[in-house]
Amino acid sequence: MKVHVDMSICLLHGQCVIAAPEVFSFDDDGGLVWLAEVDESLAADVEAASDACPEQAIVIG
Amino acid sequence: MAAPRITIVGASLAGLRCAEALLAALPEARVTLVGDERHAPYNRPPLSKDAAEALAAGPGAGPEVFEKLRLRSKLAPGAVTLRLGVAAEALDGTDVRLSDGRRIGSDWVVAATGLRPRRLPLTGAEDRRHVLRSYDDALTLAATLRTGARMVVIGAGFIGCEIAATARKLGLHVTLVEPAPQPMLRALGARVAAAMAALHRSHGVTLLSGRAVAGFDGARVILDDGQALEADVIVEALGSQPNTGWLTDSGADLSDGVLVDDRMLAPGAENLLAVGDIARFANPLFDAVPRRTEHWCIPGQTAKRAAETIAALCTGQRPTPGFAPMPSFWSDQYGMRLQAFGAPALAETQTVIEGDLSQTGTAPVIVEYARAGRPVGLIGLGANPAALARHRARLTAALTPPVDA
Repeated sequence: MKVHVDMSICLLHGQCVIAAPEVFSFDDDGGLVWLAEVDESLAADVEAASDACPEQAIVIG
Repeated sequence: MAAPRITIVGASLAGLRCAEALLAALPEARVTLVGDERHAPYNRPPLSKDAAEALAAGPGAGPEVFEKLRLRSKLAPGAVTLRLGVAAEALDGTDVRLSDGRRIGSDWVVAATGLRPRRLPLTGAEDRRHVLRSYDDALTLAATLRTGARMVVIGAGFIGCEIAATARKLGLHVTLVEPAPQPMLRALGARVAAAMAALHRSHGVTLLSGRAVAGFDGARVILDDGQALEADVIVEALGSQPNTGWLTDSGADLSDGVLVDDRMLAPGAENLLAVGDIARFANPLFDAVPRRTEHWCIPGQTAKRAAETIAALCTGQRPTPGFAPMPSFWSDQYGMRLQAFGAPALAETQTVIEGDLSQTGTAPVIVEYARAGRPVGLIGLGANPAALARHRARLTAALTPPVDA
């Protein structure tokens, strides 16, 4: 599955990093990084991350 | 078995997420979502911040602002029966009686009716007194946010402080009245609250702490020491009360919200669950005391938990035991992010572990909160998210196994 974060609305709450740490993380400067293509076995975590995003910035496609 | 009929009362974040999780687990379920607002489920946190600012540009901004607030849903069109603009009046067994006289036959009821703003029991100045909970509240309030207007905010909790910050950004004169010695004191503790007080003052807010409102006289707010504040706009931000009146005869414990167990089931009531702001449950990360938690993450977490419970019980399984969500909340004031994890309000001590509280708003600060010598919470003020994430992981580890009460 494809994962995208709309960085024009992301406000770095970090809820996705908690919900799906295998997919989302912060780099040392505090910027959000994520895997653009993830295995279906992580689908539930990515969905949880999307639901947990207060800005609705995560797009799953 | 017949398809279970599930009625969710409250078409909000909790109600929507519960409907989604229910249909994912029980595709045959017949789910009805009832909401007393006329709007589709939407996000509330921006209402005191950027949405209020955007709406202040004029009524034409409404549709675009609402579209950003509206919660995206995984539900297929027509997957749930949506009943908007109608309130639940009472339970009749497990059926729900609505304000339009109809009755929804239900096997399970999920209470997601949330909170309403507490009002001052005083008369006067009704033409300029506002509250801020709903989108409609925000529309009405935003129309008054004009440069140079005099605003008095009563109550310096998170909503009060956020609307004060937004109003300052829009060029209003703002006075913040708070009975406690500091703003947001209960949630943040004395040291961080004092730093936030200084931040508000440095942005031009007149903060009157230790003061209460005695009355309204025309366009003036009269304080308990006799001081009179001229006000074009008055915001009552005194916290909230649970909307549980419709559950009076349910048998549930309604002493503060709805008491639920770790499956979100309300003891004493038949097939009733509660989620979101009104759910009062013990979090074993901290102790055995049931509490309501008014954080944005809780509706989603409790809604999924409730859906798991109903799905398990409808399919003859036992719900998995244990529910211990890590609390987190945030606020944005003057462009600074306050991000909390755990339960700072339970702490006895606060230790600055990064930065300097006197620099709040200009340099990152991280504060750790402890109870009985063990960490229970963490707050970052303008902190680097990566640094905060590292400390949050440490807090999670410290809270497992649970801290003894």
